[in-house]
Amino acid sequence: MDFELTAVQQEIVHGVRQLCKRFPDAYWREHDAAHEFPHAFYHAVAEAGYLGVAIPGQYGGSGLGIAEAALLMREVAYAGAMNAASSIHLSIFGLTPVVLHGAEEMKRKYLPEVVSGKLHAAFAVTEPDAGNDITHIKTFARRDGDYYVINGRKIFTTKAQVARKMLLLARTIPLENTSRKTDGLSLFFADLDRAAVEVRELEKLGRHAVDTNILFIDNLRVPATDLVGEEGRGFRYLLDGLNPERILVAAEAVGIGRAAVDRAVRYAKERVVFGRPIGQNQAIAHPLAEAYAKLEVADLITIKAAWLFDQRKPCGAEAAVAKLLAAEAAFQACDRAVQTLGGYGYMREYDVERYFRECRMLKIAPLSQEMALNMISEHVLRLPRSY
Amino acid sequence: MKILVPIKRVPDPATTIRVLADGSGIATDNVKWVINPFDEIAVEEALRVKEKQPASEVVVVAVGEPAWQEQLRTALAMGADRAVLVRISPPVDTGAVARILARVAADEKPDLIILGKQAIDDDSNQIGQMLAELLGWPQATFASKVELADGRCTVVREVDGGLETLSFPLPGVITTDLRLNEPRYASLPGIMKARKKELKEIPVETLGLNLAPLLKVRRLASPSKRQAGRKVASAAELVSLLHSEAKVL
Ligand SMILES: Cc1cc2nc3c(=O)[nH]c(=O)nc-3n(C[C@H](O)[C@H](O)[C@H](O)COP(=O)(O)OP(=O)(O)OC[C@H]3O[C@@H](n4cnc5c(N)ncnc54)[C@H](O)[C@@H]3O)c2cc1C
Repeated sequence: MDFELTAVQQEIVHGVRQLCKRFPDAYWREHDAAHEFPHAFYHAVAEAGYLGVAIPGQYGGSGLGIAEAALLMREVAYAGAMNAASSIHLSIFGLTPVVLHGAEEMKRKYLPEVVSGKLHAAFAVTEPDAGNDITHIKTFARRDGDYYVINGRKIFTTKAQVARKMLLLARTIPLENTSRKTDGLSLFFADLDRAAVEVRELEKLGRHAVDTNILFIDNLRVPATDLVGEEGRGFRYLLDGLNPERILVAAEAVGIGRAAVDRAVRYAKERVVFGRPIGQNQAIAHPLAEAYAKLEVADLITIKAAWLFDQRKPCGAEAAVAKLLAAEAAFQACDRAVQTLGGYGYMREYDVERYFRECRMLKIAPLSQEMALNMISEHVLRLPRSY
Repeated sequence: MKILVPIKRVPDPATTIRVLADGSGIATDNVKWVINPFDEIAVEEALRVKEKQPASEVVVVAVGEPAWQEQLRTALAMGADRAVLVRISPPVDTGAVARILARVAADEKPDLIILGKQAIDDDSNQIGQMLAELLGWPQATFASKVELADGRCTVVREVDGGLETLSFPLPGVITTDLRLNEPRYASLPGIMKARKKELKEIPVETLGLNLAPLLKVRRLASPSKRQAGRKVASAAELVSLLHSEAKVL
């Protein structure tokens, strides 16, 4: 047994921290307030080659595993919270279905552009009438010669304002005509063509530097070469990306949680009230110690899940546990950080309110805490399926 | 152009340093180790020379324990071509380090040696000067600007009164100041490539040098805690207190 990071992994952690130092709190505070995409940060990460961390070498990446990607995301979230993480999140793992199932030509054409940062991609799966129940999506792709014509609506599509392509899930056979509800769904790597897709940004609680949108898709013509893999197998392809995404999100949660604990601890040592540093009061200290402990546990299970994935071993249970624990630990840490800073914690200038707003999404997306518990109940504990 | 860059492993400047109760050293558990920031500037400067003169070779060298490999690898990931680790167990004083580096320089025959003006752990500010003396080479310390042309090196250095410009024929020794440059961070492909670069280890015994220490660290102690400030009512009161209590006037 070995809990030590490899030399390359340690170098990655160090390198990413050095990179992130160039983007201090003020950068994130300002971009959040201005609702402005962090292009400079995104390009710095791309230029240093990190967007290609898990993309195979022949397409310009470094061909490392999800463990390395998770360390990258943890450190990025530690420095710039979810604005930083979400700006690159999809580039890191989002194209897993393309890497695994895309045609050679598609991979050669697009993956190097993702690695270099030239191509932003969005992930258009969730729909207004089909939340966690993905098989019930209504967006439909009708074959028309060498094209598909797509109609429907997508919601919560992140980065659609900056993206040129989107990985889009659509039905190619209506649900009622399939024997299994997971059949008849197809995945496209489609152009986000503004002439056929209206992109409307949604107002949200936080993470304002990275946009989330509703998409109205009206007769979007997509060449058949943009179909990923085979028609009708889209749902299965999507599953390949789910565990990596949960692992990365868990790592991001650990990062933002640690940032919050650090701020709170520093403040608790310095702030003197009633003649003593507030951190001397156990009512302040213990919750921070507890938040720290929970983040450590979440970090361990996250790295274990990543290790299992990279060893090509089943990791569904560990990835769900990691996501569940990390999101909870992050929320608790950020909440305690706000509490520790008192009135200042509620003020923009002190950053922890930003962490608090941003970390809340981790309990909802990409997998809600309830769905993570459903997975563990059903697939690990073998309890009857509840839905 | 061949450039030798000696680097030292030091605690991350952001680490809180705790002195051991017996004063024999600092607590090293939970310490994150990094390249001495001034040496990192030296690596960066060497890499910039290499960018202008692609035929150059940048060799990083460290004098320390096996763990120092980590910092050499970081320098390789930044872009240095190869690394040399002279393995030695502490305690090592500055004179010994300078003699070892002079020996490595004699073997490597660099055109230029660039290193930090001091290490942030003991702040000695001695190695560069000693090394130049041992080699009989010119030196320019505290460099804030370096230019190379026609076998000569021109260095702008920060001195108390302002800036001084020196020029010397190669080979020579330069020590770096904070404002010389902003070091790059390693790229991911750089990190991957660094694994395949040469890192040669030399046991110090094989150099046959007399390294008997001339310097002995007797005890380390934390500086006394900063006292809380005090508000005074007027400038006159301040002056009188500086005179009567602080005794600085
Ligand atoms: C900031 C943000 C960014 C996002 N980015 C993207 C993106 O880029 N692309 C994309 O496709 N999607 C994105 N999403 C969507 C996200 O991945 C979730 O899938 C989506 O929010 C879930 O759908 P819903 O909100 O309709 O929840 P619903 O499915 O309506 O669920 C509502 C609540 O009921 C609970 N619930 C539902 N069913 C059960 C059950 N059987 N048992 C117990 N509890 C249940 C859920 O856990 C949840 O708490 C994003 C979401 C957010 C908040």
